[in-house]
Amino acid sequence: MDFANFLIQLLNSLQYGLLLFMLAAGLTLIFGIMGVVNLAHGSFYMLGAYLAWFLVSQLDSLVLAIVLGTVIAVVLGWLLEWLLFRHFYRRDHLDQVLLTFGLIYIFEEVRSILWGDDVHSVQVPEMLNWSIPLTDNLSYPVYRLVMSGVCIALALGLYLLISRTRLGMKIRAGAFNREMTESLGINIRLIHGVVFALGVALAAIAGMIASPVSSVYPGMGSSVLIMCFVVVVIGGIGSVRGALVAALLVGLVDTFGKVLVPQIAGMAVYMLMAAVLLYKPEGLFKQ
Amino acid sequence: MSELLLSAKSLTKRFGGLAAVNDVSVDLHRDRIHAVIGPNGAGKSTLTNLLSGDLPPTSGRITLNGTETAGKNPERISRLGLGRSYQKTNIFLPFTVWDNVRLAAQSRERHGPWNPLRWLSAASAMTEVNRRCERAIELAGLTARVGTIAGTTSHGEQRQLEIAMTLATEPTVLLLDEPLAGMGHAEAERMVELLLKIKKDHAMMLVEHDMDAVFTLADRLTVMVNGQVIASGTPAEVRADAGVQAAYLGEEHE
Amino acid sequence: MSSPKAQLEKLPRSMQVILLLGAIALAAFPLMPLTGVDFYLQMLSQMMILAIFAMSLDLLQGVTGLVSLGHAAYFGLAGYALAFLTPADTPISLWWALPVSALGAGLAALIIGFFVVRTHGIYFIMVTMAFAQMVFFLFFDNKALGGSDGLYVNFRPDASLFGWTGIDLDNKTTFYYFTLLLLVLVYAFLRRLLFSPFGRVLAGIRVNEHRMRAVGYGTFGYKLAAFTLAGALAGVAGFLWAAQTGYVNPELMGFHMSAHAIMMVILGGMGNFAGAIVGAFAFEYVMHFFKDLTKHWQLLMGSFIVLIVVFAPRGLLGLVAQFSRKRGAP
Repeated sequence: MDFANFLIQLLNSLQYGLLLFMLAAGLTLIFGIMGVVNLAHGSFYMLGAYLAWFLVSQLDSLVLAIVLGTVIAVVLGWLLEWLLFRHFYRRDHLDQVLLTFGLIYIFEEVRSILWGDDVHSVQVPEMLNWSIPLTDNLSYPVYRLVMSGVCIALALGLYLLISRTRLGMKIRAGAFNREMTESLGINIRLIHGVVFALGVALAAIAGMIASPVSSVYPGMGSSVLIMCFVVVVIGGIGSVRGALVAALLVGLVDTFGKVLVPQIAGMAVYMLMAAVLLYKPEGLFKQ
Repeated sequence: MSELLLSAKSLTKRFGGLAAVNDVSVDLHRDRIHAVIGPNGAGKSTLTNLLSGDLPPTSGRITLNGTETAGKNPERISRLGLGRSYQKTNIFLPFTVWDNVRLAAQSRERHGPWNPLRWLSAASAMTEVNRRCERAIELAGLTARVGTIAGTTSHGEQRQLEIAMTLATEPTVLLLDEPLAGMGHAEAERMVELLLKIKKDHAMMLVEHDMDAVFTLADRLTVMVNGQVIASGTPAEVRADAGVQAAYLGEEHE
Repeated sequence: MSSPKAQLEKLPRSMQVILLLGAIALAAFPLMPLTGVDFYLQMLSQMMILAIFAMSLDLLQGVTGLVSLGHAAYFGLAGYALAFLTPADTPISLWWALPVSALGAGLAALIIGFFVVRTHGIYFIMVTMAFAQMVFFLFFDNKALGGSDGLYVNFRPDASLFGWTGIDLDNKTTFYYFTLLLLVLVYAFLRRLLFSPFGRVLAGIRVNEHRMRAVGYGTFGYKLAAFTLAGALAGVAGFLWAAQTGYVNPELMGFHMSAHAIMMVILGGMGNFAGAIVGAFAFEYVMHFFKDLTKHWQLLMGSFIVLIVVFAPRGLLGLVAQFSRKRGAP
């Protein structure tokens, strides 16, 4: 493989990994802080993508669609937490699995009713629809670079939020000891609502910005959910840093695996997970 | 000098920069009760966890019935003859008292999970197991309550059940973590009698806050403060130790 | 997190009667003069096969407390085993294809279990799902293994033994009774297992694994054995499914299949195997009912599932137990 190809695959790994991070960060936070497993997390990704497609067809601007879509996602996440999830924090994992599986069915059907079951594509915005030339005949799409850029910016924002703001401090305190945090007068319910809405928003945004690249189809939620779980397992539940490292690792292994050894391409990531499990059954960065 | 069954030398356990247990040594002999006392946070529970295998030590040695056990997992150490009761009741709440102890007693059976005979025979028909179970229940004074669901028994009975389960595996060394915790006067007296009854044939380490019980029961006393041993010896020696009086016993007697 | 509650292990009289009546009804069904019996025979056969699948998961989930989101992998693998074992021109002998397929599924469970059983709680749920997806993709991506189209099982297995052709599995009624027989055998085996030394250890692991280790049990080995056995039994069900439908595809190993199994077990009530049977029948019935009702059946199905979790977390048998306790029945 020559350098240009290598660079392209590297950039692809980065882009895929960062996208996975957006999803995994939300999942790992929700689980780490509220102790709730959410199988429907992939559905938010799917809904985000369909929402983006729909809004772009109405507003003719991807940027506007993403902004509006984010607002909708935050509201949806907040409502879901308030109406449903908050009653399940103390329940068995099994009940949570069941509940969120029921939600998957419901979300699938809602999407089907609202927007149908067809596969759609979303146009890359005019401004970003060009490629940077790498060699005489190879170039890399600028939109993908922008995608990665947005993900990095959000990752940075998340880091700053959690480690540098008072809200972040309250979030970390709530994860550490719920009762104590409550007795300190901090509104733990508000924190939970914020964290959940944040997780949903990140997943939806990921779906929205990925839509021009990966197209919009009904099964996109479940396929990304599995990868998301693998990332959280490798990274360690509750660790956002772990999710980042693991997501990038998965991006690398998956992308280069498919290029170098296509026969076992689909399995490469699972083999990575198996290897991690042998030495660190609770993930690389277990809290 | 009675037989040395468990010997721990220079045990240290660090969590990050903090040494929860710092260079602690303790010897347990047959027919002797060795009490470990100290204020909260002294490292007594951590020490117990190191000996039972719930935590691996950062450094130090533990010899149990002739085998090195530092860092080994709890099931290995249990099989080598150690029994441990817990400060926070750690029983099978949904099961009956009998089933709780029976399960503990069954652990001594040789056959593992891959033996198909163990899939088809009836657990209730294991005579050796039932005998062990009955004996442990009798020792702990719970014979009248065997059919009761553990979760519905009184606190004192649950503490007795803790002991019964610990005895059911017929260990030679017992680690008892605050067996009198949360008990009223009458219950505590019964527990002290029980402990004296089982003292023979066992080497016992007792972590306790109840000073009356400690001085009734202990043949040896070790005082821990901030992870370190500040005094160790007979109860009389320890009582007379000025350092101990200042740090711990003096406060107790106020 | 709530501490583990008691499972309904010893079935009250009322439930034993219901089960017996159910078994009799199933046995008598093909003899009843109904129109469209053939269709119902097929449907009931499938429900019984799924009941075996659900019972195998109950061993893992209800008894041992291991929530596996990837149990369908072993169901599907055994089905594929039959597809591969059956030659193009003649049927394969049942008497060695069934054990080989089931043991193959068990072996896969042993291998995957070795990695998966060392994890706990939510990790366990996620890695079982991930490994099952791995198996799914192994078959989905490889044309040699049938790819996304799947494979045909060319012939139903041949049940002749040393020349005796008493059982003809091509006959729908015979196949139905064969399935019923296996359902009863698996149930009886698992009930016996529940109260065996092995079963008691598994129940103890579910309630308090920490204490189990403290009293000397090597819980990893026990969990792995349960995982393997559950996989092998799922394989029995998968084999029957492939024989019944004559077709296997990767969806049999997929996430939806695994999730359906979980729902069946929960719907019926976990930990006693009777609930798994009830749950399998109820779940399939409800799903068919909703599918016939509307195109948007998933909405109804999803809401149904949510309602069960919120209002009947101990499943249907749990409700029956609650009801009979209130009436003072033994």
